[in-house]
Amino acid sequence: MTATDPPRTQAPSLFTRARRRLTWVDSFLWVIRVGAVLLIAWGLIGSIQRFTAGLGPTGSQWRDLLVAAIAFGAMYGLIAIGYSMVYGVLGFINFAHGEVFMSGAFIGYFAATALSNGGLWQSNPIIAMLLTLLVSMATSTFMAVLVERVAYRRLRSSPRLIPLITSIGVSFFLQYSFLGLFGATVRTYPTLPPFMTGNIDILGVPVQRSQLLVIVVAAVAMSGLWQFVTRTKTGRAMRAVAEDKEIAALMGINVDRTIVTTFAVGGAMAGIAGMLYGQLYGVSFFMGFLPGIKAFTAAVLGGIGVIPGAMAGGVLLGLFEGVGPLLILGGLGIASPSQLRDAVAFSALVLVLIFRPSGLFGEAVGAEDRA
Amino acid sequence: MSIQEFVDTATDGTPAPEGEIPVLEFRAVDTFYGAVHILKNVDLRIQPGEMVCLLGGNASGKTTTLKTILGMVEPAAGEVRIDGEVANGWTTADRVARGVSMVPENRRLFKRMNVLENLRIGAYLRNDDEIDADLDHIFEMFPRVKERLNQKAGTLSGGEQQMVAVGRALMARPKVLLMDEPSMGLAPVLVQQNFEIIAQIHEAGTAVFVVEQNANMALSIADRGYVLQTGQIVLADDADKLLANPQMREAYLGEMPD
Ligand SMILES: Nc1ncnc2c1ncn2[C@@H]1O[C@H](COP(=O)(O)OP(=O)(O)OP(=O)(O)O)[C@@H](O)[C@H]1O
Ligand SMILES: [Mg+2]
Repeated sequence: MTATDPPRTQAPSLFTRARRRLTWVDSFLWVIRVGAVLLIAWGLIGSIQRFTAGLGPTGSQWRDLLVAAIAFGAMYGLIAIGYSMVYGVLGFINFAHGEVFMSGAFIGYFAATALSNGGLWQSNPIIAMLLTLLVSMATSTFMAVLVERVAYRRLRSSPRLIPLITSIGVSFFLQYSFLGLFGATVRTYPTLPPFMTGNIDILGVPVQRSQLLVIVVAAVAMSGLWQFVTRTKTGRAMRAVAEDKEIAALMGINVDRTIVTTFAVGGAMAGIAGMLYGQLYGVSFFMGFLPGIKAFTAAVLGGIGVIPGAMAGGVLLGLFEGVGPLLILGGLGIASPSQLRDAVAFSALVLVLIFRPSGLFGEAVGAEDRA
Repeated sequence: MSIQEFVDTATDGTPAPEGEIPVLEFRAVDTFYGAVHILKNVDLRIQPGEMVCLLGGNASGKTTTLKTILGMVEPAAGEVRIDGEVANGWTTADRVARGVSMVPENRRLFKRMNVLENLRIGAYLRNDDEIDADLDHIFEMFPRVKERLNQKAGTLSGGEQQMVAVGRALMARPKVLLMDEPSMGLAPVLVQQNFEIIAQIHEAGTAVFVVEQNANMALSIADRGYVLQTGQIVLADDADKLLANPQMREAYLGEMPD
């Protein structure tokens, strides 16, 4: 692992730099780094000891925890793509993206309920779920594009802080619109058909079908997105616009339209996550907040602006918060560590950034690139 | 002779188009950045297949001229004509579609994309089935590029980046290729090679409009040249006449050995 790399790899050499100016900030960071490694190692050893002593979760409990964590992480990854792509193209964090996710899940719920009342959800669940997924995707896509058009386009040339603050406003606007329209109750999707509940054996390992569904759908969506971005003309145009708008225009690319496409694609991914999440945990006007912040964390963790980084960052964050509390905090002897799930998730972000300020997959973005 | 007289004789003395419609033309173009007046009453003409260079000191407005051609800045007054049509108000994409493409200052490749993607994106507006054939043509021209198709463009050497930037611009199949200081930052050997490539592109029938600081080299392969000074065309003539022009030699060719 490259975790011990100095934060700025373009420096001539770590040693010359260290001799030149090892400030107290540097020393402090090194103390934290070493401390973090020791603490994690200590926790891990503690967990292993407890496990071999027959204490704490059993092997099958660990396995379930792991699968659930990956499923959660896959959803974070799907949402994170939207944060990352918009940042890549416009250089600001679209904090309304959590609500883009929420709106897809919400309208998806109405579609699913209607399909359930009509009987299709029961008689032909696969078609019904696909239709629900389409509705959820379409809603989030529409919402993302609408927000870009109404709130951000006019701010294209203002300082990055302005659209960022605007996005917080949009986020509240959407949350409270949904609250006003649909109330504060948590609504649950119609129950999954029997063949999608319970466990299924994958290579002899029992896995919950509903979680497997999440993982499979997310994997398909992400690989589809990757094909789109690397193999199609529009995808290449999106990457070109993210890198250099002026030169992208010089290639004949319609920059405005490509920015809209970027929002649309990020929205579609959030819509997929919305349907998956809503179907597992229900929907409410506030459901976008925490997954949104987590997905933003995942995007930063993976290296903001880098699409594979968002995907990997999501899964990694899912693992950190799903397995980390028990594995590390449990090993340190902390009682009911799962309560600290969110704290662990955000500490993971801080830790990764201390080791690699540009995120796992991010290249250190030089001043010239951002100019 | 005063500069002003020069301007008059020079712009009047430009060879008249022989019936053919210029691929590029400026008619009394004025360009501003905010309140700053950059291009002042600029007239230019580039005939199909012609090679023209634009000379001038730093901040004289050379890059601005190219940006005005491509619509990256809009002129406040005057006409930009592409293929005889008034192009004012057209998007950059419209202009690229009409056959104008550019190798920008400092090359500006998409550094995070690989070489092949950079070349392909040059053909973004094309839908014909000769794109692959044109790629092969680029590889013939630059064998080095072919060896590095999967390399990220940001990791190429300066010379290689220049090749890819030229290749990317050619992939649009331009009628006129604009080049902004193509030899900047290149080693002398590469500068020489670079000019050979430009001459080759010109011989293949593409009009070339090249901005250069290296006046000698540029004029030695160009048909005609313009000299820009603080946003005004102060000289316009055939390349060999400019090379022989005493005032020109004093101001821009000072380093030329006699
Ligand atoms: N976007 C801009 N906003 C304001 N002023 C600008 C802008 N771009 C260029 N200028 C100014 O316009 C003038 C002409 O610039 P331009 O880039 O056209 O010069 P140039 O002839 O290409 O110079 P060089 O040889 O250094 O590349 C300069 O004074 C420059 O500072
Ligand atoms: Mg310039």
